[in-house]
Amino acid sequence: MSNGTAVAGAIAEPRRTLRAGLGALFMRSEALRGYSLLSPTLLIMAFGICIPFAILITMSFWTQQGFDFDTTLSVRNYSKAFEHPVYEALMLRSLAISGICTIATVVLSYPMAYYVAFHVHRHKMIWIILMTLPFWTSYLLRVFAWKIILGYNGAINSGLKGLGLIDQPLEFLLYSQTAVVITLAHAWAAFAILPMYVSLEKIDRTLLEAATDLGDGPVARFLRVTLPLSLPGIIAATLILFIPIVGDYITPALLGGPDGMMIGNMIQAQFGKVNNWPMGSALAIGMMLIVAACALTFMFVTRKAKEYIA
Amino acid sequence: MSEVSYIQRRNRPLQYYALIYLAFLYIPVLFLPLFSFNDSIYVAFPLKSFTLKWYEQMFANEPMFAALMNSIRVGVVTSVIATFLGIFAAKAVTRYRMPGRAPVVSFIMLPLVIPGIIFGVALLILMSRLGIRLSLYTITLGHILICVPFAMATLIPRFEGFDKSIEEASADLGENMWWTFWRVTFPMVFPGIIASLLLCFTISFDEFIMAFFLSGTDPTLPLFMWGQLRFPAKLPGVLALGSLILAVSFFVVFFSQWVRTRGIRTQTPSGE
Repeated sequence: MSNGTAVAGAIAEPRRTLRAGLGALFMRSEALRGYSLLSPTLLIMAFGICIPFAILITMSFWTQQGFDFDTTLSVRNYSKAFEHPVYEALMLRSLAISGICTIATVVLSYPMAYYVAFHVHRHKMIWIILMTLPFWTSYLLRVFAWKIILGYNGAINSGLKGLGLIDQPLEFLLYSQTAVVITLAHAWAAFAILPMYVSLEKIDRTLLEAATDLGDGPVARFLRVTLPLSLPGIIAATLILFIPIVGDYITPALLGGPDGMMIGNMIQAQFGKVNNWPMGSALAIGMMLIVAACALTFMFVTRKAKEYIA
Repeated sequence: MSEVSYIQRRNRPLQYYALIYLAFLYIPVLFLPLFSFNDSIYVAFPLKSFTLKWYEQMFANEPMFAALMNSIRVGVVTSVIATFLGIFAAKAVTRYRMPGRAPVVSFIMLPLVIPGIIFGVALLILMSRLGIRLSLYTITLGHILICVPFAMATLIPRFEGFDKSIEEASADLGENMWWTFWRVTFPMVFPGIIASLLLCFTISFDEFIMAFFLSGTDPTLPLFMWGQLRFPAKLPGVLALGSLILAVSFFVVFFSQWVRTRGIRTQTPSGE
């Protein structure tokens, strides 16, 4: 092998100094080496994120004309989106459903995360797997399961009828906003538990003992030590749920009925049967901006609140 | 360790709450297998007799198998490419001090916070403007973009978890960069790579909304199921298929957890 390198080296002799120089520079600059290693990933992600979104934004300023686009730029789609009551109503409803669903899921999941973090000592791994398992199973199937349960002839209605408790199926179960909220809460529960569990697990147990030694009862200790220290997890869970739920498509489409339609369904319709892609783009951009504004406001408020408490 | 201190004494109500919570998490999903064995085309109580005919029908369902194969193909390609890109990125950000590291990492993680429907329509518009026909390739591309952040997030702790000096020792002993990677780094991060492959495959296999916008004539499995949901007569078949998918994914999760914990356990003694 050393023989081979020697021969190769002899052939490459004239170029050697230049290459060695560049090589040395390359080896010396840590940042350069790091970025060259990162470049395949970074380039693909940069192209994959920036170009589609640039085109999405551009198209939102176009106008649909028959099967073609009028490519003169105008804000018509946006003004329509703001003036037309349908879009406003759908957007508000999506925010409301997502908000209610997020709060309910976070509040209901917190005790669960607390229990596993503080009260499970043996077989903790099994509890964690049990909590996160649904996250790994098909989202579509989880939503579909609720259609079976809440349906007109579904498990609840046919079960209650079989027991003789009701004569007519309960109609409010399926195709309502309630159905959408319940289904979404169930489908996203695992996403809420994990971040809260992680931040609860990280809490230094000696702080709790110190609080107790200094005279705090269980409730005061929870409110003054555990809850503030687990706040990052609660904030993360809230954002992880709120952002994607606003744009959810499957659940309202399967369980919402006309009453439970959300903005995601409207965006899809613009790219589907309505066939107005520029309008759909404008709605997508609008939704993203509104969601981002909500998320940033939430982060700002919680930070201010934290500073105020501290 | 005095684990059972006065702080951590048993809390019965909380324990019951946890059990109820788990029941809420699992019972709805268990209705799928329950009704998949029910000998009736209607998904309703009371249950009729036990049957396996929905499963038999499913195995004779050609389009479903085609969709399954499509999903597997997309999932395998996606997970391999995303994990590959994840390895590069994770090694770069954990091994080198780079200016602007934090914003670059958050940029790569961006797909995690972009709603899938928006990413989907953005890619759809791009494909149509470029005149690229929608196919399994476009779905794969979309899936790679959403999987890279997950691959990276899985792999970074692995790279952080072992001592950089082991790699330096290998370099000092005369191995070049590639051999160091193959003979030192790769075996060390191997459990992370497996976890990343499994995670990316599951995400791609389950992903619906992007595939919904980016699919051509060949559907992936979730798209196929979505199409079937419109026909009440096909419902039991979907239930059988869904139950099978649930069973497989439960198995995969337990397997991957087993791989992960095993990897950590074999590593801890050397770490301490």
